[in-house]
Amino acid sequence: MAEASSASRLQLVDDWAADVAVFRGVPWGKAMMWIFLLSDTFIFTCFLTSYMTVRMTTAEAWPNPSEVFALEAFGVPVPLLLIAIMTFILISSSGTMAMAVNMGYRRKRKAAALLMVVTAIFGASFVGMQIFEWTKLIVDEGVRPWGNPMGAAQFGSCFFMITGFHGLHVSAGVAYLLIVAWRVWRGRYEEKGYDIVEITGLYWHFVDLVWVFIFAFFYLW
Amino acid sequence: MAETGQQHPISIYFWIWGLLFVFSAASYMVDYAGFQGYLRWSLIIIFMMLKAGFIVAIFMHMRWERVALITAIMLPPGALLVLVSLMAWESDYTWMTRIVYLGGELAPQPLPPPSHH
Repeated sequence: MAEASSASRLQLVDDWAADVAVFRGVPWGKAMMWIFLLSDTFIFTCFLTSYMTVRMTTAEAWPNPSEVFALEAFGVPVPLLLIAIMTFILISSSGTMAMAVNMGYRRKRKAAALLMVVTAIFGASFVGMQIFEWTKLIVDEGVRPWGNPMGAAQFGSCFFMITGFHGLHVSAGVAYLLIVAWRVWRGRYEEKGYDIVEITGLYWHFVDLVWVFIFAFFYLW
Repeated sequence: MAETGQQHPISIYFWIWGLLFVFSAASYMVDYAGFQGYLRWSLIIIFMMLKAGFIVAIFMHMRWERVALITAIMLPPGALLVLVSLMAWESDYTWMTRIVYLGGELAPQPLPPPSHH
């Protein structure tokens, strides 16, 4: 074990010190996607940090998300019902995406394209539910970016900013998935190889990853 | 041409998919059961980190990447932890300032009129 770790330390130094591309064996598109996702991590964390800051410092009580986002099912209010469904949908879309990447590398391009379309459908239904959630909050509950009847005024601006930016990422991801799926189906990558499916997958898994943090910090706090 | 990409048995993805379902259900149950305080927070953070870790390590294939890429992507977010700690650290002070100068429902109430006995 100690040998293995010292060997990888050497490899790290070697990779960065050699006068060649640092990320050896990594397609440039994949390296660039990772660096883009790193920058996106900083943006989302800045949003979540500002949310944390206002929530910890507001003098008024914060609306209880468990009650605000409850839905009636069979006549009883179930806390966070829609959010739970949205969470499971996004996880499932990550599962089908991982399958698509695998099928791509196995050169089963039609299976890969179909799985990407299934992923996109999951993503689109997620956005649909988010539209429903926003409408309920704006029309029925009277939540606005500058105030709401339930408590601290910053609740609305934090909610719309964070979930809106995430929803925008999901929508862009749906378009990205459909474009790449179409090209995979047509056989455009038969010669180049199927790294593109993995790169698209990285973006999609990242969208799921951000939701993990939003779910914990915004809805469960 | 030779495939250079990430190839792993498909069963590992099903395993992680299942685990993510279990962890999500568990963190939802924390809210449903109404746990509060440190118990709630430690459970939520543990399930969140497990989910995030499995997504990055397995679905995004990070555990099979070269150390050069892993460090380049995973170390910079450490700066974000510093930002989060600084903002959390300052929040007591800001909150107190707001209570004192802006009031709010937690502001100190005026003393009741003296009773005559």
